[in-house]
Amino acid sequence: MIQIQNLVKRFGSKYAVDDISFFIDEGEIVGFLGPNGAGKSTTMNIITGYMSSTSGTASIGGIDILENPTEAKRLIGYLPEQPPLYTDMTVKEYLNFVYELKGCKLNRKKHLEEICEVVKISDDYKKGRIIKNLSKGYKQRVGIAQALVGNPRVIILDEPTVGLDPKEIIEIRNLIRTLGETHTVILSTHILSEVQAVCDRILIINSGKLIADEKTENISKMIEGSRRLNARICGPQRDVLRVLRSIGEITTAEVFGDREGDSFVYAIESSAGVDIRKPLFYTLAKNNMPLIGLEQQGTNLEDIFISLVDKKQSDKPKKASGAPQFDVKPAYDIKLPESADIGSDADGAPETTEEDNNK
Amino acid sequence: MTAIYKREMLSYFTSPIGYVFIAVFLALNAFIFSLFTLMAGEDSSVGSYFMMVMFIFIILVPLLTMKSFSEERRMRTEQLLLTSPVSLFGMVFAKFLAAFTMFGGTFIFGSIFNFATLYKYCEEPNTAVLISDSVGILLIGAAFVAIGLFVSSLTENQLVAAVGTMGILIFLLMIGMLTQYIDSYIFRTILNWISIYSRFGNFSYGILDPATMVYYFSICFVFMFLTVRIYEKRRWS
Repeated sequence: MIQIQNLVKRFGSKYAVDDISFFIDEGEIVGFLGPNGAGKSTTMNIITGYMSSTSGTASIGGIDILENPTEAKRLIGYLPEQPPLYTDMTVKEYLNFVYELKGCKLNRKKHLEEICEVVKISDDYKKGRIIKNLSKGYKQRVGIAQALVGNPRVIILDEPTVGLDPKEIIEIRNLIRTLGETHTVILSTHILSEVQAVCDRILIINSGKLIADEKTENISKMIEGSRRLNARICGPQRDVLRVLRSIGEITTAEVFGDREGDSFVYAIESSAGVDIRKPLFYTLAKNNMPLIGLEQQGTNLEDIFISLVDKKQSDKPKKASGAPQFDVKPAYDIKLPESADIGSDADGAPETTEEDNNK
Repeated sequence: MTAIYKREMLSYFTSPIGYVFIAVFLALNAFIFSLFTLMAGEDSSVGSYFMMVMFIFIILVPLLTMKSFSEERRMRTEQLLLTSPVSLFGMVFAKFLAAFTMFGGTFIFGSIFNFATLYKYCEEPNTAVLISDSVGILLIGAAFVAIGLFVSSLTENQLVAAVGTMGILIFLLMIGMLTQYIDSYIFRTILNWISIYSRFGNFSYGILDPATMVYYFSICFVFMFLTVRIYEKRRWS
């Protein structure tokens, strides 16, 4: 359905997209995953014909976007990063405009009402609300509705859940999954759990390069290796650390801060494939250090990058010096509900980690 | 294309711009008409009215065109237009037509009253001159609209678009007036050739000169073409 070949986009001397190739089959839900500025939006802008590539080709349903843009664009519904809304129009006027703009030939009233039903904006549609008065979440929904007008075969959503509240995020994810039953969907995000929840296949992009193209299960397997726990343990810090480090399977143990009474949170990592929760409990109990909270940490995008880049490096013959070193691990990760963000959210993490990843 | 045209027309009337444009245009138009024809008193000549009315376009045309592309760019709505199955020229032409509809419509509406007054109170107005002058004004307006759209496509800022358009329009009208002070024959001819103002002469004699009409059409086309090129260039860089 979508064929991308050796796509390159250069802004001046900077490569925003650097030789990316992939193929997406009809009916797949594919997630573009990568930190901000990785080239996700640029790739999507090229697929949708908003930008031209410096070299390489993109075709949709066999139609090259540069050679026959009008026909190719007919197959695509696109929600850009910032929803393209005319804020002085009502929802109804806007969707009617998009309907005419795309030259649809479906039953207009029924089609638009169905779309509003799906994205849950029927009320705003019927009551003639002006778009600028809607909340961010509802604007986003109108943006998605816009992409669905004309029932295009391919739906491309650029960060569809940014700025939504948790309930809305879940709703939008469900919506995307439903859409995936009848459409080819590409979505981009920098949230790992989002692609895991929604997509069949994950394309990981970093610094304009495609560093992984895997089925979601494979990515999930890849990241199960490391085990991280956050444990809240009562007792004096130094003693607790000494006890923790005495447990053989634990590779690192650090204080996470966050005092509560006489307890602290400790970030604990164990070697791959070992469940240390039981030994941890017994050891602490024996030392009279009550374990009052235990939380399993999800793996975040950063870990995937580390493991992927490590994997690539070990695949290749040893590189000369100057290859990025990834032995600097963040002291801790902040666990966000439903998500694990890379980058800016890891306040206090050593700066070097982020920089190294972006190299 | 019709979708974009309809939306543009709607946007003139969902914001104050359309109303302000129509009101100010009609008021100034009527004022200048009274001052230079009805109150001039000598005869029913309309030559100086048509020459003067052009100057209000300097302020009013930018009002119509300043938003056209700069607002789309600022609000990122151009992403919708550029990723939908519409050609770039179709998009530019639709916006041109909408702005021109506003301009031409208001001018014709105002003229109905002006000319009715003229026929009632003055002796034997020259109908041929009225028609050719009006056609000339519409063509000049179209050229100005095309120029305004082009400037609007260059910037995200409406104010810059408006002031830039005003600058270009003033320049185009002024060079025609400057020519009489210039001694060099070649330089004067060149300035006369690009001057929108001096080309207008033929219309005021009641002649629908095809060469002049082609000249104004060409200006429209060239600036619409340049606008398309601006979009093409932005897509590539």
